Amino acid sequence: MAGVHVSTTVNGDDVEFVCPGSESLLDVLRNRLGLTGAKEGCGTGDCGACSVTVDGQLVCACLMLGAEVEGRQVQTVEGMAQGDQLHPLQRQFIENAALQCGICTPGFLMAAKALLDRNPDPTETEIRYALAGNLCRCTGYDKIVRAVSATAKELSQEATTKGSKKR
Amino acid sequence: MRYEAPTSSKAVADLMANAKGSAFLLAGGTDLLVRMKSGAIDPELIVDIKRIPATQAITKTASGFKIGAGVPCAQLGRDAALVKAWPGVVEAANLIGSDQVQGRCTVAGNLCNASPAADSVPAMVAARAKAAIVGAGGRRSVAVEKVVTGPGRTSLEKGEFIEAIVLPTPAPKSGDAYLRFTPRTEMDIAVCSAAVNLTLGPKGVVTAARVVLGAVAPTVVLVPAAAKAIIGSTLDDDALANLAAACEAACAPIDDKRGTVEFRTEVAGVLARRAAKLAYERAGGK
Amino acid sequence: MTLDTQFTDQKFKLVGSRPDRPDGVDKVTGRARYGADASAPGQLVGAILRSPHAHAKIKKIDTSKAEKLKGVKAVITSADLPDLTNGNRGNYDILENCMARGRALYDGHAVAAVAAIDAETARRALSLISVDYKVLPHVTDVDAAMRSNAPIVQPHVRTAGGEPSDKPTNIAQISTFGHGDVEAGFAKADKIVEKSYKTEQTHQGYIEPHACLATVGPDGQGELWVTTQGHYTFRNLCASLLGMDIAKLKVTSSEIGGGFGGKTHVWMEPLALALSRKANRPVKLVMSREDVFRASGPTSSTSMDIKIGCTNDGRITAATATLRYQDGAFPGIWGMLGAMTAFACYDLENVQSVGYDVLVNRPKVAAYRAPSAPMAAFGVESTIDLLAAELNMDAVEFRLLNAAKEGTKASYGPTYGPIGIGPTLEAVKNHPHMHAPLGKNQGRGMACGFWFNFGGQTCTDLNIGVDGTVNMTVGTVDVGGARASLSLIAAEELGIPYEHVKCNIGDTASLGHNDTTEGSRGTFSSGMATIFAARNAIEELKSRAAKTWDIDPEEVDWVDGEAVAKGVEHSNLGPLSLAQIAKASPNTGGPIAGHSETVADGAGVSFASHICDVEVDPETGSTRVVRYTVVQDAGKAIHPDYVEGQFQGGAAQGIGWALNEEYIYGEDGRLQNPGFLDYRIPVCSDLPFIDTEILEIPNPNHPYGIRGVGETSIVPPLAAIANAVSNAAGVRMDHIPMSPPRIRKAIKAEAAMHQEVSAG
Repeated sequence: MAGVHVSTTVNGDDVEFVCPGSESLLDVLRNRLGLTGAKEGCGTGDCGACSVTVDGQLVCACLMLGAEVEGRQVQTVEGMAQGDQLHPLQRQFIENAALQCGICTPGFLMAAKALLDRNPDPTETEIRYALAGNLCRCTGYDKIVRAVSATAKELSQEATTKGSKKR
Repeated sequence: MRYEAPTSSKAVADLMANAKGSAFLLAGGTDLLVRMKSGAIDPELIVDIKRIPATQAITKTASGFKIGAGVPCAQLGRDAALVKAWPGVVEAANLIGSDQVQGRCTVAGNLCNASPAADSVPAMVAARAKAAIVGAGGRRSVAVEKVVTGPGRTSLEKGEFIEAIVLPTPAPKSGDAYLRFTPRTEMDIAVCSAAVNLTLGPKGVVTAARVVLGAVAPTVVLVPAAAKAIIGSTLDDDALANLAAACEAACAPIDDKRGTVEFRTEVAGVLARRAAKLAYERAGGK
Repeated sequence: MTLDTQFTDQKFKLVGSRPDRPDGVDKVTGRARYGADASAPGQLVGAILRSPHAHAKIKKIDTSKAEKLKGVKAVITSADLPDLTNGNRGNYDILENCMARGRALYDGHAVAAVAAIDAETARRALSLISVDYKVLPHVTDVDAAMRSNAPIVQPHVRTAGGEPSDKPTNIAQISTFGHGDVEAGFAKADKIVEKSYKTEQTHQGYIEPHACLATVGPDGQGELWVTTQGHYTFRNLCASLLGMDIAKLKVTSSEIGGGFGGKTHVWMEPLALALSRKANRPVKLVMSREDVFRASGPTSSTSMDIKIGCTNDGRITAATATLRYQDGAFPGIWGMLGAMTAFACYDLENVQSVGYDVLVNRPKVAAYRAPSAPMAAFGVESTIDLLAAELNMDAVEFRLLNAAKEGTKASYGPTYGPIGIGPTLEAVKNHPHMHAPLGKNQGRGMACGFWFNFGGQTCTDLNIGVDGTVNMTVGTVDVGGARASLSLIAAEELGIPYEHVKCNIGDTASLGHNDTTEGSRGTFSSGMATIFAARNAIEELKSRAAKTWDIDPEEVDWVDGEAVAKGVEHSNLGPLSLAQIAKASPNTGGPIAGHSETVADGAGVSFASHICDVEVDPETGSTRVVRYTVVQDAGKAIHPDYVEGQFQGGAAQGIGWALNEEYIYGEDGRLQNPGFLDYRIPVCSDLPFIDTEILEIPNPNHPYGIRGVGETSIVPPLAAIANAVSNAAGVRMDHIPMSPPRIRKAIKAEAAMHQEVSAG
């Protein structure tokens, strides 16, 4: 069995691995790189629990081959915090009780971050549709949507403060 | 399984033409990897087309738009000119799955996967899109409705692949729209769908139209009778009723876990009416 | 020290607040480890071969080619799982469900398993196992299974509670509950509504598939890392099935990615242990999503007949329910539970409910959040609405008039203490949601629900570190944030900050037996045990203070986290904080701890009333929930965020169940939609915000008044939505899920009937 040799970047770190051509990015992350934050909920792109970003684009890692990330930038939930500083989304999820069992949380955090990166002031409807690819069975999504809204508000206030400080 | 990611279309065609065992093209992978996981296919070779520059861009040309076969659908929605010209095609493409899937899926892949319920196909057919095909024999251009021959089957020869989807420039005062029925608001395969592309003349009268139904037959159904029902009208209730009736008559759906014959037929008519109204508004109608 | 479980109506400093949960950071950073997140050196990958037939005799299994494949280290069939159940039929059923013994009983039934060096090899090994099936006639519908000519699923079954007979049957049990004289009651009725209903099978739909890592050595010792709602129950069961000593099998529960009752049973864990034992290497076994749907434990599908009669004033005079629940291929108690819960919300003089437990060729049914209650409530609450409509009476008023209260003899037997059904109905009546305007094609409905809640065996250890911070070890798996609530309780009792308490879920070697987290018992039971363990520790803390002061322990009080010497004669003695006492503990008698081994009793029933607005597109039957409110009695909300979360989660599951979720079987008895694409659970854009109102009618059998909260809120939605659809679209739906084709069909039929009526 000849494997594919891949050089890539994961959460800012240079990473190399060899994997079978048919192995998914999700299996590579979990089983070869020890990054078990992305979860397999279905393996067919229907639940979003394996969400990661590749070159800034939100994707399901189960629908991508490990071989495809050659030369690309992969971000997973393990890379969201900056050192000991949680990302505001991570903090707001805890504060708003936006998780119960927590299995879907890494996927939601990645999807929510991708949303706020492209749309810093989303409406409730925009949040709900952006997160439609992430299934949660515990929360009914209520507190998740509130946490994302709260984060958007916090980030925009931060931006305003920074802006006003510059003057 | 061998994985190749060549950087030229010729190399892709050669690899596919010379493949000994089962070989598959990889664009977004959102259908391919699901089929691999289920065991439905067991590829010996996968050829990734995304390292070819020609497949990666949306290009505005003199005669329309060229959408590279590797362009994810999410990118279509970000192209302002494309959205303005073909809102129906773009909204159809943007309905294929979640944001995660949108970051990967492609209209070319959606077409070649040849599901009867593919979201982008009815709208592309209504828009008169063409597939730019590359093969051992060179290049050819084929109307999109001629690419799919049945569920999971295309008319492409061994060694051929679609390099881009080409959309014409829409005629002035044209509008298109795509609607589908799903039980949930997202994440479902279309139970039935309708795409309408129409052009208006003076006084808001429809001068040209194409009506295409999805998920009601083994391939999409172009319904000339439905177009005829609204051409020459300003989309009054009678014209719309005739459009719906023509659509219902053209349906040949099945009963399956996603819908019944009765439901699909009836709702196809409802969606065609609604899509026609939406296209009419976009064309500048009342 | 006596364990006084009486409600004390005390004022709380911490209980009722909303601090951050202790496992929060782990879960938002990806550090938390679930069932599939553990690995061991040398581990093998397990895979299971499953029957593609709904019912078949297994004539032969040839594993020889698979065994010879390079990289395959163990292959097992039922031959590797000898029957050690010693006449215990329940355990035998579990054993047979884990792996077929000569016959496949449902599409997806495991017939063989392998362990190999990687997933690809395991997959190829499965394809090399050849199974010789003789396909038999099958039955998947509950009503069809009750007919006399139905294919028999379990030949040894005779109807418990039925007429004595030696004829094989699929009716495993008939259970009857009620009191009074229903014949006489119906005779007194001015209005009677009689209707039949059906509900399709659903699945708990937890996002995390079953997964475990099993290691068994030749010395009979083993370890199991597993996602589970009850690691002690799993330990006892697996040890028993594999012939291992309980004490030698250490089971550690991973974080659990949702259970809702579906992870209270073993589905493949004994196979992982058996593979590991045979290969003498760790085996990681993870179920695919398809296998989860085909071969874990969904709910029952049901069919039922409801009949309720009342006077013109709206007082119910008699009510009956005949409820037919399928158990899958192995007998269960699901029809019985349906019969028990059906009329529990009401004060009835004459009532009878009969539950049938019926076998079919489907997977073995497991509990799903208030198991069996949602279906029965669908039938009863829909019929109540019909009856109220017959009288032109408001739906809430009708229910208030007939609601159970303290002193009511419940339809399933006991007499209620103080309960919340009346208060939830009053709250609904006055809720702004009830009075908000409705838009075009919108309609409003409401419904009630009930769940028993359970107590059970619970052990808790509380250990005080020398710096005064506290480690608490509990044995109930945390399914929804209970660690936060338990820490609040411990901190409240001890009088120390919440942040000084760290709550852990202990493995099976660390504590005595704990029952499964089910029946909404997690916070209730472990909360009770925590209170007692803390009070236990406080006795010891007081005694150490007394020793330090050289006074009688009777003269020491515990106030706000400090030992205080009572009485004027000791007024010279300043208080000693917990931290101070802890610091001195090495010299005053060693480590300070509190324990509790208890059977928590008196869980307290929980009632809910829900309000729902839907919008129905009459041309397509497409239905959206546009507003939803849950009002439920929690007894005492320890951590309100997590109580709200339970209300919202249960409601969301109920909404999915009502509108779109169902198992779809083909004529061939195979499950057609074993995936999240076509088994349609609600997505974020399907739902509105779910408003909640927590009522607190204290449970008199718990010191804080806690009632179980996790389950009741899945019970009302099916009927609340059906009632709303009825008001929105003018059609009465009697088949769940109310998918668009069904609603559209009902709308057309209704329109056709009106045309006939006006034409005729």
